[in-house]
Amino acid sequence: MNCDVCKQKTATVFLTQIVDGKMQKVNLCESCSKEKGVTDPKGFALADLLLGLGASEEMERGSTGQKCPMCGFSQADFKKTGRFGCSNCYEIFAEGLEAMLKGMHKGTTHTGKVPQRLLKARQHAEELKRLQRELRKAVDDEKYETAAELRDRIKHLEPGAAGV
Amino acid sequence: MALHNILTESGEWLSGDGPHSNIVISSRVRLARNLRNFAFPGWAKKADRIAVLECVKPQVESLPEMADAYSAYSQDLSALEKQVLVERHLVSREHAAKGVGSAVVMNRKQTLSIMINEEDHLRIQGIRSGLQLRNVFKLVDKVDTALGEKLDFAFHQQYGFLTACPTNVGTGMRASAMMHLPGLVLSEQINQVIQAVSKVGLAVRGLYGEGTEALGNLFQISNQITLGEKEDEILTRLNKVIEQILQHEVNSRASLLEKKAVLLLDNIGRAFGILRHAHSMASKEALNLLSCLKLGVDLGFFPEDGRLLVDQLFMETQPAHLQKSSQQKLQAEERDTLRADIVRAKLAKFPKPDGKKAIERGREERKEKDEKDSGAAA
Repeated sequence: MNCDVCKQKTATVFLTQIVDGKMQKVNLCESCSKEKGVTDPKGFALADLLLGLGASEEMERGSTGQKCPMCGFSQADFKKTGRFGCSNCYEIFAEGLEAMLKGMHKGTTHTGKVPQRLLKARQHAEELKRLQRELRKAVDDEKYETAAELRDRIKHLEPGAAGV
Repeated sequence: MALHNILTESGEWLSGDGPHSNIVISSRVRLARNLRNFAFPGWAKKADRIAVLECVKPQVESLPEMADAYSAYSQDLSALEKQVLVERHLVSREHAAKGVGSAVVMNRKQTLSIMINEEDHLRIQGIRSGLQLRNVFKLVDKVDTALGEKLDFAFHQQYGFLTACPTNVGTGMRASAMMHLPGLVLSEQINQVIQAVSKVGLAVRGLYGEGTEALGNLFQISNQITLGEKEDEILTRLNKVIEQILQHEVNSRASLLEKKAVLLLDNIGRAFGILRHAHSMASKEALNLLSCLKLGVDLGFFPEDGRLLVDQLFMETQPAHLQKSSQQKLQAEERDTLRADIVRAKLAKFPKPDGKKAIERGREERKEKDEKDSGAAA
């Protein structure tokens, strides 16, 4: 069995660690184990060392044999590199991804910055919805003059909304 | 502007005038960004990488922050030039290994550098002297917002900014501080600190990032988590931990002065002796000895006006910087000789360490503090 880190030398150090109830195994050769400080069990965090390993197992449990239609990236490629092929891969390999991200991060939903473009598009969509609601209400209330005005404003917004 | 013009000036972060810069050498923040509909650089074919590069580079160069910038394709940089940029933390080691299809753009002050086609299409990095992560973040955030208006960044409703490696997804932000912690190393508390830090989801690394040694008592503290926490929350948490480590370092130095003055005198004295008289010195050894000298300046064993000289030597003794100044590629042995020559010359007029005053001062301060404390208790 080869070392999981250098993938060249024979593994002589076998480690099993249970993190959050999940078992992770790592096989290391002597020099890699020293380099990663495995000899000092207190200072050694398996998850930190090899996020790629446990992670790729999670991925394997997901969609197997599938390829990203946009970039041709496959499950096996992820296992090899620990990286995705393109942004579309996050959709294609969504199964298993959640569990993997959960192990790495604080949650699986981004709460930080949103690009200006998307923010504008979101505001745009919300504005459109609001106007449509008002339009329906105006029609129900038989306020046709207001309705006509709202219809014009919606028309003005709509082509832009489709383009964003 | 030509690269050698930029490199003859040392970067802002080397000036050592940021907050707490005695202990926190630099603050760095980088954002990873990718374009929608293009494979990530590590997977993309050469033609696609070049297409991304030609789309991104002009946008980066037209940023107002890059008005006086230096910009280069990776293949146009020599191995030595790249290594100099690595030593200054302006490009990553990974980026230095790239050829056709990658580029770097950096401003003249060397506070902002944007790597194109590193592991992600864009790595926007800011670096400043001392502890000022928030200021650095402001800079990269502004640049990111401006670029985001021109470029179609890959962004997922749930996962946020998409990156080649899932460890960076979400904010795509890695913030770090480079800390000089000889007090914690000498008092053998550093391992405890490292363990405590890794327990709260932060990472401690060596001088050049992942998988590198902690040379010269220099440690990088950075966030690990990029998803599920806002940028601001990450920075707040990181800042808090860094401030705590800073305080621990200050305390450990005070305690060493009080209780282990001989250890300090011995370490600093030996470092001074070797640096002043050696004729061959590897860069690792130089870093470790210079670290002791720097500690000596911090503690007042050496006059304050020696600080800049010591800080500069940290950079000038690095392998690529050494060869840059000698204008030629050197063998390891030649480098070690040259390094020792430079250090000896620079330190020729450096005064001997004088620890007496510092130790006495430390004792007095402790006494005053104790009296105050007992007064308060009474």
